[in-house]
Amino acid sequence: MNRTVFLSTLSIAALAAVAASAATLDDVKSRGELVCGVNPGLTGFAAPDAQGNWSGFDISLCRAVAAAVLGDGNKVRFVPTTAETRFTALASGEVDILARNSTWTFSRDTDLGLDFAGVNYYDGQGFMVKQDLGVTSAKELDGATICIQTGTTTEMNLADYFASNNMSYTPVAIQSNAEGEQQYLAGACDAYTTDVSGLAATRAAFASPNDHIILPEIISKEPLGPATRQGDSQWTDIVRWTLNALVAAEEYGVTSANIEELAASSENPEVRRLLGTEGGLGEMIGLDAEWAKRAISTTGNYGEIFSATVGESTPIGLARGLNAQWTQGGLLYAPPFR
Amino acid sequence: MANAVNRPKDTFRLGMLLYDTRYRSLTIQIVVFALVVAGAAWLIDNTVQNLAALGKDFDFGFLSMRAGYDIAQRLIPYSQNDTHLRALLVGLMNTLLIAVMGCILATVVGVIVGILRLSSNWLVARLMTIYVEMFRNVPILLWILLFFTAFTEASPAPAVFRGDEGQGLLLGLVAITNRYTAIPDIGVTRGLGSVDLGLFSLNLTFAAIVGVIVISLWLRGRMIRHAAAVQEATGRRPTTWWKSLLIVILPVTLLGWWMGVHLLVPTISGFNFTGGVNVPNAFMALWLALSFYTGAFIAEIVRAGILAVSRGQTEAAFALGLRPRRTMSLVVLPQALRVIVPPLISQFLNLTKNSSLAIAVGYLDLRGTLGGITLNQTGRELECVLLMMLIYLMVSLVISGAMNVYNSRVKLKER
Amino acid sequence: MSDTHAQTVRFVRDSMLPQAAPPAGQAGAVRWLRENLFSGWLNTILTVLGLIAVFFLLRGLVPWFAHSVWNANTLTECREIIAQIWGPDARGACFAVVRDRWQQWLFGFYPAHLYWRPVLALVLLFVALAPVLVPGMSRRLMAVSAIYPFLGFWLLWGGSMWLPVVALLGFVIGWVVWRALRGVSPLLAIIAAVIVPVLWWLLAAAPVDRALSSAIPLGIDAVRSDRFGGFVLSLTIGVAAISLSLPLGIALALGRRSDMFLIKTMSVCFIEFIRGVPLITLLFTASLLLNYFLPPGTSFDIILRVIIMVTLFAAAYIAEVIRGGLAALPRGQYEAADALGLNYFQAQRLIVLPQALKISIPGIVSTFIGLFKDTTLVIFVGLLDPLKGITDAVRASMEWKGIYWEPYIFVGTIFFIFCFGMSRYSMYLERRLKRDNR
Repeated sequence: MNRTVFLSTLSIAALAAVAASAATLDDVKSRGELVCGVNPGLTGFAAPDAQGNWSGFDISLCRAVAAAVLGDGNKVRFVPTTAETRFTALASGEVDILARNSTWTFSRDTDLGLDFAGVNYYDGQGFMVKQDLGVTSAKELDGATICIQTGTTTEMNLADYFASNNMSYTPVAIQSNAEGEQQYLAGACDAYTTDVSGLAATRAAFASPNDHIILPEIISKEPLGPATRQGDSQWTDIVRWTLNALVAAEEYGVTSANIEELAASSENPEVRRLLGTEGGLGEMIGLDAEWAKRAISTTGNYGEIFSATVGESTPIGLARGLNAQWTQGGLLYAPPFR
Repeated sequence: MANAVNRPKDTFRLGMLLYDTRYRSLTIQIVVFALVVAGAAWLIDNTVQNLAALGKDFDFGFLSMRAGYDIAQRLIPYSQNDTHLRALLVGLMNTLLIAVMGCILATVVGVIVGILRLSSNWLVARLMTIYVEMFRNVPILLWILLFFTAFTEASPAPAVFRGDEGQGLLLGLVAITNRYTAIPDIGVTRGLGSVDLGLFSLNLTFAAIVGVIVISLWLRGRMIRHAAAVQEATGRRPTTWWKSLLIVILPVTLLGWWMGVHLLVPTISGFNFTGGVNVPNAFMALWLALSFYTGAFIAEIVRAGILAVSRGQTEAAFALGLRPRRTMSLVVLPQALRVIVPPLISQFLNLTKNSSLAIAVGYLDLRGTLGGITLNQTGRELECVLLMMLIYLMVSLVISGAMNVYNSRVKLKER
Repeated sequence: MSDTHAQTVRFVRDSMLPQAAPPAGQAGAVRWLRENLFSGWLNTILTVLGLIAVFFLLRGLVPWFAHSVWNANTLTECREIIAQIWGPDARGACFAVVRDRWQQWLFGFYPAHLYWRPVLALVLLFVALAPVLVPGMSRRLMAVSAIYPFLGFWLLWGGSMWLPVVALLGFVIGWVVWRALRGVSPLLAIIAAVIVPVLWWLLAAAPVDRALSSAIPLGIDAVRSDRFGGFVLSLTIGVAAISLSLPLGIALALGRRSDMFLIKTMSVCFIEFIRGVPLITLLFTASLLLNYFLPPGTSFDIILRVIIMVTLFAAAYIAEVIRGGLAALPRGQYEAADALGLNYFQAQRLIVLPQALKISIPGIVSTFIGLFKDTTLVIFVGLLDPLKGITDAVRASMEWKGIYWEPYIFVGTIFFIFCFGMSRYSMYLERRLKRDNR
């Protein structure tokens, strides 16, 4: 009686086995859905709601790619990945894109066999302390006890920062953000360190956010971006240019509200090429002419995504900062659509 | 199968491999073995192909690269500039520490609770039942998290102990704070120094103390055996208690006195305690959670073991005129241990394996260093996971081996 | 006594006095207290210590539970309500999160209109287990047990009903082959009964399934594995792994007791290897290494991979439980089977295993309890288990960010109810089985 399940699942396995070939685009098209590796829960970046629908900053990027490739921003399957399993999930073909607030580093880009398609969020590691500690700069944290999430680049940055400033510290390693918050609030550590976006979200959820300050020092560069498998440059191009399209759309003032109007009437050649009215850019990456238009109208441009998920109108209340357009003093700079 | 032996020898036919019971078991074994070997070869072949396709190799060279991360609790010196191998060793030592400490405390908790569950005190017996059922029926991961957070929320910050009107230390020795538990350290004024043995450095002071204790215990064992021999021969047991006390305690005391052993009581200086040892809360929480969780299982084992010794045994021992203490040590315990020890071994193994959940509270054990940060930093999942499995397997084998030796000493001597 | 009185007193009472009430210290609550709580100095100390412990626990917990809020949409709202009703310094539980998201802890992201399917699968599981667990149950229910794996699979994952039917057909074919060839040669029958179904599954099953599905499309909404989470995921992994591990466990237990050296060695190595490593490393194998071990290009569902590894894990423990059952059988049973002239497989099938398995049921149940609790570890490979996975996902939403204890209490309570119920039932079974053996 019981052997039956085993063999039946095996046969299911045989049926469900799919080949992860080099051409991710063909796989995604034939499957009719995009598989996106995401964080199992990071406020503002990826979180399921009460109905199980995912939303957040990283999620929007996945939806934009799905809209560009498949024509529907809902044809995405989100696979939660942990810090340990994320790169393997990508390398083994389990997911098509990894949009999991992963920092673009040299060794990941080269040694781990990944390609980073760009940067969708410029983050950096910071510190949060209680107001009444009287600390106003990270340089005053000598001898402090610091809560830190393990398994990420954060702990290496912290070690480097304290070593280079000749300061000592006691790390209190924490596995998940929830425990980190609890430990910090209960006073188990003087400071809590993680990416500034995470600190802002954590602080926003405190009973009295004003009792805590985020120190001005940013001790690391954390360019977070979507990763794809190495050796499939067509697919990496699609992801890269979808991201660029979102950024460029904001620069040219294309929003999900006015996109139809602009597609019909814009005289700006760059906008016309972006929206597929002329130029035939879509065919060059194996998609149709309106790919970018679909992506933008599904999720809105970069600015819209930002303000809907993590921006100042949300409880997280992040300022654009480095993530503003280059014209506004930020780092977002989409190469020309030509 | 035995009847086949008397058959007349006949010429060998191929069918006999299947139908003749003399050959059949050989055939089955060879077929199964061939299948297993073929399966293993298939797996290895796949792995080689997959590695080649990903452009990776199977290489443990990453172990000698710089680790670059800090570990809060370490038993051997370590800094972020050391290698991944060193980090692995630190993690392994942490795993072993939590396993050994956990097994000891779990046994203590288990034995006490197991006995208290049989207590005639209604309240205590009920409380112990509630404890056992609560711990046994809720995942260990939850207990580890609860102990960790409860520890931080229920204990004061180190600053509370500051100043003249600050809170006093527990027994004047221990301070439980929301960051760590400060316990006294043992200091020596005339230490013996240490010798460097490559990866480790051996502390001669510590080695000397351990050596003296081992020798004293051995001498005491000899004396007890001698007493038993005298008792066998003359029927009269020489008094031994003061001799054994003397043999065990005197040499260590003398050695300690000579080396100037003293307690270093933690004192608060600035915001933190210094002087003693500050045990991080992650360790305390993990240690207590693992011990109380496993202790609940051990309590049931102990209770079952005691109940398994029938009441008649105790009564018979009393009828023979044995005192309660000797009844316990000579009659009840040997029989109960026979029932208790085998399941106890698997509980110890479970505790050791469950210690791999240490990552939940950020205690960097083997899983946290090798299978966590190192794996994540280097991306060598195949090497890391296989090595981690191998190490855990060896630790388990050592524990079960040691316990099996003990088991064979207490188990029923069958003739 | 009466003698002395007879000479001194003229009057002898001829009716009994009504029984006096026992002294106050020897009756009712006081006596009970004395006997059960204060029967000696040691017991008194223990009682007082126990009372102090209970007092401190309750003192901390009762106000927190008393100030609990069930109706709120966000954590901030909760905090405001608590501050409004019980004053600004009051701390209280915010169980509104449970009210808002309980479906996710129970069902994960399973589509809400299909919740009846996992529930029905669970109910049918009890029906399928009834012949084993409930004494005097009709043997006809065994038919339900036999088809349950397919039915449960179909209910949970949905899709075309032909897939489980085609898979089931493999067993029917195997049985038919065995019946047909049994007269010719028993050994050949067994070999054929193994090989023919395997060929069916590998070669014929997929086309037949496709043909049937296109000819008569019967099915229910398919639910993909990534919708699984919470207790549906835990139970699916736990039940699937335990039931799949039974045949493997029996084989390993028999292997370990076998006289054949190679078989025995391999069984021992496998069992000791699995029992020697933590489950977490096997889960890592499922998520990180299985892709290396399988042919290039193969990749299938992470839940299925986890079930496979957890099955191997459970098989080693089940093997030890069954080995205990085999060892507990009186030697006479084996000898009697030999005396009847039964061969090895007949003896195992007709005499040894039915008895050994019956003795092993409580052990199997406790293995299942352990495994069910251990399914919380799947969070470490990114599956949304109820304890950490779903809880952290809920905490990631802006409404409930910052909530800590309440989800743990909720999930812990459900685990407790499940496991406590099962452990009590297995104790009952144990008592019943003991009586049967006497």
